Amino acid sequence: MAYALVLGAVLAVLVVLFVARPFLREPAPADDRLDEPGALEKRRLVLVEERDRALDALKELEFDHRTGKVSDDDYREQLGPLRRRAAETLRALEPRAEGRQERVSSSR
Amino acid sequence: MPFEVRAGEDEVQHLVAALGRVALLLSFGLVVYALVGGSFAAYRRRRRLALSAQNALIAAFGTTLVAAAVLLIALARHDFSFVYVAQHTSRSLPLGYTLSAFWGGQEGSLLLWLVVLSGYAALAVWLNRRSRELIAWVVPVLGGVATFFAFMLCFVSSPFDKAPAPADGAGMVASLQNPYMLAHPPLLYLGYVGLTIPFAFGMGALLSRRTDERWIVATRRWTLAAWTFLGVGQLIGAHWAYVEIGWGGYYAWDPVENAALMPWLVATAFLHSVMIQEKRGMLKVWNMVLVALAFNLSILGTFLTRSGVVNSIHSFSQSSIGGWFLGFIVICVVFSVGLIYIRLPLLRARTKLESLVSREATFLYNNLLLVALALTILWGVMFPLLTQAVRGETRSVSKPYYDFFLHSFGLPLLLLMGIGPLVAWRRASLRALGKTFVIPAVAAVVTGVALIAVGLGTSTPGLLAYTFSAFVFASIVLEFVRGTRATGSLTRLVSRNRRRYGGYVVHASILLLAIGIAGSSAYQTIREKGLKPGQSMQVAGYTLTYRSLFNTQQSNSQTTSAIVDVYRGGSHISTLHPGKSFFPVEGDFGNDVAIYHDPRNLGDVFTIADEFDKNGTLFLKVLVKPLVNLVWAAGFLFVFGSLVAMWPDAVEQRRLAERYEPGTAAARV
Repeated sequence: MAYALVLGAVLAVLVVLFVARPFLREPAPADDRLDEPGALEKRRLVLVEERDRALDALKELEFDHRTGKVSDDDYREQLGPLRRRAAETLRALEPRAEGRQERVSSSR
Repeated sequence: MPFEVRAGEDEVQHLVAALGRVALLLSFGLVVYALVGGSFAAYRRRRRLALSAQNALIAAFGTTLVAAAVLLIALARHDFSFVYVAQHTSRSLPLGYTLSAFWGGQEGSLLLWLVVLSGYAALAVWLNRRSRELIAWVVPVLGGVATFFAFMLCFVSSPFDKAPAPADGAGMVASLQNPYMLAHPPLLYLGYVGLTIPFAFGMGALLSRRTDERWIVATRRWTLAAWTFLGVGQLIGAHWAYVEIGWGGYYAWDPVENAALMPWLVATAFLHSVMIQEKRGMLKVWNMVLVALAFNLSILGTFLTRSGVVNSIHSFSQSSIGGWFLGFIVICVVFSVGLIYIRLPLLRARTKLESLVSREATFLYNNLLLVALALTILWGVMFPLLTQAVRGETRSVSKPYYDFFLHSFGLPLLLLMGIGPLVAWRRASLRALGKTFVIPAVAAVVTGVALIAVGLGTSTPGLLAYTFSAFVFASIVLEFVRGTRATGSLTRLVSRNRRRYGGYVVHASILLLAIGIAGSSAYQTIREKGLKPGQSMQVAGYTLTYRSLFNTQQSNSQTTSAIVDVYRGGSHISTLHPGKSFFPVEGDFGNDVAIYHDPRNLGDVFTIADEFDKNGTLFLKVLVKPLVNLVWAAGFLFVFGSLVAMWPDAVEQRRLAERYEPGTAAARV
């Protein structure tokens, strides 16, 4: 039984050390806050997702047209709005450096 | 000296059991810390505490593994001082089955749940450790689920209870002594538990108010893997029922079988609807509902399997833990429904469905049918419990109920599987639809007419299933042909969109399954006859002649088998040995069915030695099941398709890494 206690105690100590590791590595950190994306970073993420969706939709439209699922008329009709949306999201993403800057500063 | 050796063994046994208990208590402490400490850290935005809670979850995997190793060692050593080992194994049990007793009983199953959950949780947390704001809330959700199972193992149903060791154990239920049982339960558990990860990320996203697609990106492979495990686990379970239970079928709408089917159906709906969120930013609420429903159904599945509250062929697992599970299910349902309701304003979609004739609309129809099928099955499973609770008498629904809804929802689902790929995203014009539908429609009509012409129109569901299958098959082939033409190569086509083309391979496997099920149920032939040695019987073009009996002895059983020759068109094609085994330790009988796989019709001649009488008469039951082997072949294709869909795509990973962690080179999805 004594061996069991020793083994259990060793296991417990190892576990406690592993769980306490973040506190042992940084006993007195300058900043202990979880980084949180700021408003600009959140906006960037929304725009990036919208951009990816718009580009993906263009690719899908192109592919569906080439495989015959979209007629020539439908293709022409849908292409314009999709291109415009993709261009809008790309334009909106241009000043993204500010968003990055904000994220970096908030994580420090 | 012998006394000293004995004393030494006793000490080792105590040491091992105590180590198992300590390891489980540590697991419990760790997951409680992950739940409480993790919640506090996420709420108060404490970075080090959040990291510490993540470490606790990872450490819990290590301590739970130690507990699992202790139980495995006890099983391998036939240490009957462990009550669990004594109750589920015996000395004569072969080693493979002895180790499979790990999941043969309630306590071991709960431990397997915790091992898999803590392993999955540790891996998911480690892979997504850089998404701190999301993972901070995922950790307490995972910790909460793990806390329930660790609590059960520590305080309600411990696998490490000790008692004076009997000379031999009680053995294992005969029907569990089957090679398929080595894989069926662990695969099902890998599936059930795997659904916890998308649930935890979904709830974590709601708690952290990060309702972008990060949680979906982080969990889509987890969902696909869990769904694949659940699907394969069910198919292996069906094959176990086919070869072991001895009634000639493979699915009987048994409550425990249904318990695994329901979360699989809901996860199937989720895998489709999540694509609409990714491509169109729609169905955010619906996806949260599906991920919560799939998880809650997986807990319900474990409850039904382990509680014994419903009559089932799995009734070897009767126990008294039902109340605890019921309480946990209520907590999970209230938590997930409440959280989704509170966060509804964050889940509003900005886009709308443009047309009812579009790819996303077909996905929506498929979702409604899948969920409707899952809910009707749920009603069938819960009906006996509800009638017992309300009226004091148990009334249950039977096969016709399930068959009705399978035909009502399953056949349209089959057809939608063929229609979906032919329809464009956003909207499709009638002219374009007409062009893409021509070949599949012609294939369907030709198949239907041909089946009626050769006299196979006797079963309407069977005829519809084959006609729809022809439509789906043609649409899948067309997708590959047109896509290859458009991209210039099949390899390029698949590698550019593995999820889609892997999905089509999975559709092809479901097609094989549907053809196999329709063929083996709608067109099967069953005969039963008492035969004396030398006598024959005719079944669907086969002649079976009973020759004699013989006995064999295995380490765990004694078997009496018949020698039955099978002829077709006067030619001898096989000799089968259907029999019955007696398991002396368990005092239990098992059927040894014998099967001839006929490559000509991809079907089976399935023989069951129903009874032997004193005069040497064999009561032989024979089922001829055309196309049944397609059901099992479907499993291989299903796994292949899932692997194609899951295979990492470096380009996609780089794009997603840039999206969520701008400036990094590699993705962690």
